[in-house]
Parts: sequence; structure tokens; C-alpha cells
Amino acid sequence: MKTTELTCIVCPVGCALRVEQTDDGEVVSVAGNTCPRGAVYGKDEVLHPVRTLTTTVRVQNGERLLPVKTDRPIPKEKLFAAMEKVNALSVLAPVKIGDVLLPDLFGAKLVAAANLGPSAKENV
Amino acid sequence: MNSFQVAVIGAGVVGSLVARELTKYDLSVVLIEAREDIATGASAANSAIVHGGFDPEPGTLKARLNVRGTEKMPALAKQLGVPYRNNGSLVLAFSEQEMETVRKLYERGVANGVPRLSLLGKEELHELEPNVSEQAIGALRVASAGIVCPYGLAIAAAGNAADNGAALFLSSPVESIRREDEGFVIQAGENRIQAAYIVNCAGMYADRVANMIGDESFTLRPRKGEYLLFDSSEGQLVTHTLFQVPTDAGKGVLVTPTVHGNLLIGPTSVFTEDRNGKETTADGLAAVREAAGKSVKALNFRQVITSFAGLRAVPDSEGQDFIIRFSDASEHFLHCAGIESPGLSASPAIAEYAVELLNGAGLELKPNANFRGERKSYHWFKELSPAEKNEVIRKDSRYGKVVCRCETVTEGEIVEAIHRAPQATTLDALKRRLRSGMGRCQGGFCTPLLVEILARETGKAPTEICKSAAGSVLLVEEMKK
Amino acid sequence: MKTDLVIIGAGPAGLAAAVAAYDNGVRDLLLLERDTAPGGILQQCIHNGFGLHRFGEELTGPEYAARDIREANARNLPILTETMVLSVSPDRTVTAMNRERGVFTVEAKAVILAMGCRERPRGALNIPGARPSGIYTAGTAQRFVNVQGYLPGKEVVILGSGDIGLIMARRMTLEGAHVHAVCELMPYSGGLNRNIVQCLRDFDIPLLLSHTVSKIHGKTRLTGVSIAQVDEHLRVMPETEQYIPCDTLLLSCGLLPENELTKGAGIPLDPITGGATVNERRETELPGVFACGNVLHVHDLVDFVSEEAQLAGMSAAESIRSGGKTAKTPPIPVRAEGKVRYTVPQRIDETETPVRLFFRVGSVADHAVLTVKCGETVLATKKKRRMTPGEMESFELSPAVLQAARELGAALTICVE
Repeated sequence: MKTTELTCIVCPVGCALRVEQTDDGEVVSVAGNTCPRGAVYGKDEVLHPVRTLTTTVRVQNGERLLPVKTDRPIPKEKLFAAMEKVNALSVLAPVKIGDVLLPDLFGAKLVAAANLGPSAKENV
Repeated sequence: MNSFQVAVIGAGVVGSLVARELTKYDLSVVLIEAREDIATGASAANSAIVHGGFDPEPGTLKARLNVRGTEKMPALAKQLGVPYRNNGSLVLAFSEQEMETVRKLYERGVANGVPRLSLLGKEELHELEPNVSEQAIGALRVASAGIVCPYGLAIAAAGNAADNGAALFLSSPVESIRREDEGFVIQAGENRIQAAYIVNCAGMYADRVANMIGDESFTLRPRKGEYLLFDSSEGQLVTHTLFQVPTDAGKGVLVTPTVHGNLLIGPTSVFTEDRNGKETTADGLAAVREAAGKSVKALNFRQVITSFAGLRAVPDSEGQDFIIRFSDASEHFLHCAGIESPGLSASPAIAEYAVELLNGAGLELKPNANFRGERKSYHWFKELSPAEKNEVIRKDSRYGKVVCRCETVTEGEIVEAIHRAPQATTLDALKRRLRSGMGRCQGGFCTPLLVEILARETGKAPTEICKSAAGSVLLVEEMKK
Repeated sequence: MKTDLVIIGAGPAGLAAAVAAYDNGVRDLLLLERDTAPGGILQQCIHNGFGLHRFGEELTGPEYAARDIREANARNLPILTETMVLSVSPDRTVTAMNRERGVFTVEAKAVILAMGCRERPRGALNIPGARPSGIYTAGTAQRFVNVQGYLPGKEVVILGSGDIGLIMARRMTLEGAHVHAVCELMPYSGGLNRNIVQCLRDFDIPLLLSHTVSKIHGKTRLTGVSIAQVDEHLRVMPETEQYIPCDTLLLSCGLLPENELTKGAGIPLDPITGGATVNERRETELPGVFACGNVLHVHDLVDFVSEEAQLAGMSAAESIRSGGKTAKTPPIPVRAEGKVRYTVPQRIDETETPVRLFFRVGSVADHAVLTVKCGETVLATKKKRRMTPGEMESFELSPAVLQAARELGAALTICVE
């Protein structure tokens, strides 16, 4: 048996989790969570940790960067590889929240996370 | 090659005022400065006090030029559009023994010709300054004393010199001076400058400049002073500049309002080796806090917005007086060196005296009929009525866009300061002219905007914009290129 | 010009307040915003974690802002951007300036203050040493990196473990910088646990508690910092000093409500929160002037800013409707005691409806017991496993408690031991 102590990052409460695994890695129990999502996080975190990536993309016809995010978490160890792919990207304004910029970034879609018009006043 | 009758080396407050004084006459003048802006040395970081003149020994240049400079300051500041206030100063006594010293200072002041001096008893003192410590039992009141913006004075003087025809070479450190029949050839950065006369106003480096013509008659030592600056919320704590009586334990520190409405305390007084070492120290700042606490009742240290240190150039020779004389190596090479306190107060008189000496050495002075001494203040827009402001904004809408929130500085004012001589090309240069980034958030909000405007107006990349001296870049690379 | 309601600031607080005021009947209102677009600081907070309470999902800052902007636009609420408010007078005349109108005044029946907060600068921290470039508050660096697309430096030390500092540690790391350490003066972090995990531990960035920057080095650009451990009185222990070469120092050492306009209007401030003292409707001591969001007290979560702003918006609408309603009975003062540093509201006028009281503790309280007292009478208690200064707590006062306090005729004290 193996026990891992974690801080849940699903929400700002930050519950202290205890995850128990068998010797061959199978998760037996997650304790300390105050919501079901905490249990999922606890299990994922010891087996295959994932993170949502938020970053920016250059806008060819604008002076501001476009905030972007993965629409679901991607494997934690792929964060830097994902950054490289995103940094190679550039977009043309206007862009709307949810516009898909990359259809498959390590299993997630990269989507625009802000509405960006051609001028600053339209960045609503 | 650039050729001038007079070259002034060093654009601190003294050099800038000397250059301006020279433009009152029909002369070709150049002001040469090593750094990227006017007033980056002692003129940038000092107590900003216009002293009455009771302190220097009678008969010294310091005594004479202090009293004369202080007399000239109000009209000069007004002409140049520089903030000045005749707030008066008080030398506080905390014991009968100190009161004895205060009486001696009074007598010395009278000997120096300081006008409007008076001695205050405890009651009068506390009536005049209710926040002075209860321990203070009396004071010397110096009604002629005042406060001024020191770097503002230097910038305006250099700008006004330029307005009146002086050439201004910034970022041009003097590397060598060669004597020729006609005078001197100065290598200043990329510039070769020929001049018949040189005025050495090189501040902390005046001895090094003297060495360039073989004059080793004096050396300068940096003496550091550390200060704390409070938010304008504390600016009303006192109206006068409060000095302490110098004792064996130390010179004491001052507590003073500034012309910009802040409260300033300091300085320490410690010799250092580094002529460019303006670091503050934990011990120094603690000493200032403790000493200032003696003068006033309640200093709210939570309202400190910044701390800084300045260096005074202290000569190791010629007693403790200013070194204003021709070099033994050349009668066309005038030193204005060792200008420590009360140098700022004396600066208008030093300029006048320097020109007088040059005249004595054969420089012909024909009045310049086109000289205009007035200069538009950097704060002209702030001083307008709402109706007048709207008139300006209608013509140039950038005056309606506030960039620095804390000090209410508009884009119009920033663009103007970037293009007007002496041109502001750095964040600190803008700060010294407009107070942008000098308020309570210390540039937190406006720095990114100022970098954008500076880059746009000077045609540089944002990664080339500096805080102050060359190398002090703000951004290291453009991302995602 | 005249209007019913002026809202100063169109960040999350101003937008939510405006929408709530509109939905409660105010039709003549005006939002004044100093930035180029509404949304406030959220526009540069591109990380996610916003909106869990309010929307039940995790949004990035710009996405959260976009929802409020959509609501404001759906109601056609007028927002003047790039407009700086210069003063608010005690008779609720707002003087502002922008490019199109120049200097102009608006007379309002009610004003909502929603100016937000600013970061504590280096000067206030009093770090000795030189004054080179390369020292930024975390929020300034955030704007450079996330909005303008410039990296302020590559070798980074962060002082202060506030959330913005932690977020920037991850952000700069992802963009190719090397974050050497985060130093925190206190023995505990000022940020959320989840941020310590996902911003520091994920990238092996050390969090050095009870450490501070003791000296700044570099004549032009920053060349390094000295860091040192502090003792229990928060004094530097010189023997622990070590030098870290770096070109960037980010400061994340607390936020201060931006209340210059409030002070100018003569509105009394709470010395602890740095914001106005308000009643349960978020009305300041100047009738008709309300405050909400980070200008009132610094929040951890924008969700609670929005909630408070809705309350202020509703209250302003009610005040306009009733022609400036004043309380019939003297207010019940609320006092902080023990580990409780402050409460918002600081006074309570109405006792008929429950009042949610927000507060923070000044130091970590384990197995905390919160007591609500009036004189010696204990009116309510609540237990919590742990309270930390980094997290805002709240407690609902029932009408029964409030009426009991009114009858006892003394201040309510909120105490954590």
C-alpha cells in the first residue's frame, strides 16, 4: 500500500487529500475531499496528472495578445511541449471566446478566451 | 568639429544655471553631460532646501553665495516655471544647551547677512508648528528659507539655455581634454568639441575632469545621504523645514514638506568610496527614521512611498569651502567644484559669480538682445482652469487622456516632455519632469503605458527603453515573435 | 449634466453594480472607466479559476469579464472609457476628464465607488539597496507579459506569495523565464493552497517562508538580490543572507484599496481595510455614496466582488427610489476583536433581514471559535478547523441576533481566539 498526501487544486478551498494505492498502482481510496470532483482529482493526480493550460497567442493585426486556454486539462508533462506549439501560432482579429484555434493539443482544443476586436475599444 | 566660446561640463543644477547665465550674453555655449539626462547626480537626490545661510562660516564663498542665491531663488524659480515655496525653516533646540547653540547660529546668520531671523520660545514654536515634538523648547526661525524642486530647476535651466541658443550634448562623457592655442579640444563620447573656455561643473567627477588638464589640486570624496519620502497624505504634517541642532553625536536630520506636497526626512551623512554608489542601507534608513522621530510627534511610516540616497562631492582640501576659481593649470579653465550643501541654495549666485570670473579672465560679455529668461512650466496644463483645459483638449485630445493616475499626468504632457529640450528619453527623465510614476503606486499602473509612448515617440523598440542610464532596460525580449 | 447614478470603475465591481442597479429600476446611469475597455484587471488575469461560485464553472479573467460586459451591453448601459475621474464632491458631483469631452461634471443622486485596488510598491516595503531597472510589482509584469507581449526578464525572484505573485511565477516559467524562488516574509503563504501546488510545486519553484529580500544589487539593470531569513519579529537574520543573481524582482506584497477619490470627498475610511466604512447596504458615511469590491476591502475571489457589487447596486437603486433614505435608528457598530482584524460592514442599520459579515483574521487560527457578542452576552458562535489571513471569512448574522443587539444597545463584537 502506498499513501500520497495532496492539496486539491480543483477549487480555491484547497482540501487536503489522502490517496491510497495498491503496490501495483491501483487507487483504492481518496479521503479528505469535500466534493466528488476532489475524488476525481486525487485519483488523476497520482495516476496521470493533468492541468489546464492558459497562455496567449500573438494577433497579427493587433497590438495586444489574445488570451487562450485548453478546453480541458492536458497531461501535466506536456505543458512545455504545448507552449511551444501555441507560441508558433498567430491569429487574425476579430476573435470570439470559444473560437477553436487548434483542434487537438494533446487531447484538448485550444480556444480563444477573450473577445478581441481589431481595436482596443472592441476588446469586449 | 563643434566650436564654442564656452563649454560647461556637467549638467547638474550648477552647470545648467551657468550655461543659462552665459546665454544672457552674445556667446556660443555648449553644455556637455555624461548621462542621458540633466540632473542625475547630486542635483537629483538631496534635501531640496533653499537654506537661509546661517550655517556657513562668515567670510566664506559658501556664506556669501548661499545668502545671495537664496535671495535670487524665488524670482528665478518663477521665471523658469519651477516649483518653489518660501516656507521658512526652524532649527529646533531640545535642551538649554542646544538653545545656546541656536543663539550662536542666530549671531552667525546675522554676520552672514541673513535677513528675517528670529528666536522662538517654546510656546511660539508650538503655536507655529503644532506637530513639533513636545521635547522641543525653542527654535531659530529663518523666514527667508524655502524649498524648491532641485532637478526641476536644473532641467528648466538647461532647457532655457537651449531655448536661448546653447547647444546641449547629452550621453557625452568627457574622456579627454587637450589644450590648443585657441583653447581646448574636448572629446566627449562621440563628440569632439573645441572651446576657448571651460567651466568644470562635473559634480562628483569634477576632480577627474581637472586631472585631464593636469590639475591635481583637489580630490573629491562622496558622502552619502539617505532619505525617506512619504505620500502626500503626510505633506501637511509640518509647514516649515525642521532642522536639528548639530551635536557631537551627529548633524541631525531634517523633516520637511516638499514642493510637490510630500514629506521628506533625512539625510544620513556617511563617507563612501563609490562615486556612483547610491544604494540605501538598512542601517541608514533606520537611523533616519529614528532621528526624524525626534523632531515631530507622529510620523506614519506606513505612508513611506520610497527611499533613496544621494551623494555630495566633498573636497578634501581648501577647508570646507566651495572650489570656485581658475585652475592653476589654465586661466581659461574655471572650477565650480566641491559644491556640497548649501550648493542648491547658492546655485543661482554661483552662476552669476562664475560668469563674473570668466569676464575677469578676458571673456567679453555683450548682452544678448534675444535672451528670454521665461520658460513655460512642465505643469502648465495642471494649472489651467477647467475651461482653459477644455480649450487645450479640443486642439489636442491627448491632453484629455490621463496616463499616470496618481499624479494625473496626461498623454499630451508626456509627448510634450519627450520632444521639448532637454528631451526626455527615459522613464526617470519623464518622472523628473512630470512626476509620472512618482505617486503612491510608484509606476505600477503607468509604466507599461509610458514604455509604449516612449517607444512610439522616439521610434525605438520597447525593449530599448531604459529606466535611466544606458543599460537599465525595462524589457528583455518581445515574446512569441 | 445630471444623472441618477454614476459608477466609478467598470471592472467586475462596477459592471455588476451597474447591472443590478438597472435591474432594480435605475435607467439613468453612467459608468466611468479609466482604461481603454471595461473589465478592469481581469483583462490581464488570463489564468483560470474565476467564477466557480457565481457560474459553477472555471473561467479565465477575460471570460469572466466578458460575461459582465455582455450583461451591461444587453441593457445598453453607457460606459465612458479612457475617462479619468478627478474628484467626487460631498454633494455627489463627479468631475472627470477624457479626450472627447475634456473636463466635465456629472451631478448624481447616487454614486457607487468601484475603483479597485493597487499593489504595494517597493518603496513601501523599504528594501535597501540600489534602484536599478528590473523591479516590478507582479501586476505590472503581468500586463507586460499577458497584454503587451514583452518579457520583463529571464532570471526571476519573487518577493511575496500573494496569488498574483504565484500566478506570475508559473506564467513567466511557461514563457521561458527561470524563477529562482518565491520569498515570503510571514511563516505562511498569502496565496491560495491550490496556487502553491499548481504554480510553484508543479515547476519545482521553492517557496521560502519567513524569508525576505534584504538587499537589491545592480547600478543599471538588476544584477541580483540578497535574500535572508527573518526571526519571529520579522527582522533580517544577517547570518542567513545569501545572494541570488537575477535580472528581475517581482513584488507581490499585498494590495491597497485605491481610495484617493473617497478621501477627497471627505468620506471616512477604515484604517485596517483602507476602504470606506459602510453599513450592510454598502453605503458609506456620505449618504447616497456606496462602495463595493476591492476599493472597499481586498477580496480573494472575484465572485464575492460581484456579489458585493450587486448588493451595492441594489442599495443605490433603493436610495434613488426613496430619495435618499436615512436610517430611523442609530446604527449598531460592529467591532473586530481577538484575531479578527476587521469586518465589513462596520455598522448595521437594518435588523429585519440577515446580514452577511465579512472578515479576516490577522494570524493563523487553528480550531478557531468565532464568537459574536454584545457586551458580555454571547449571541452566536461558529467553529472552523482553520482560519488564515489569506482567506476572507464570512458569517451570517440572523435578524434574531441583530434585534438582540439592538435591544442591548451596545456594539456587536466579532471575536476569534
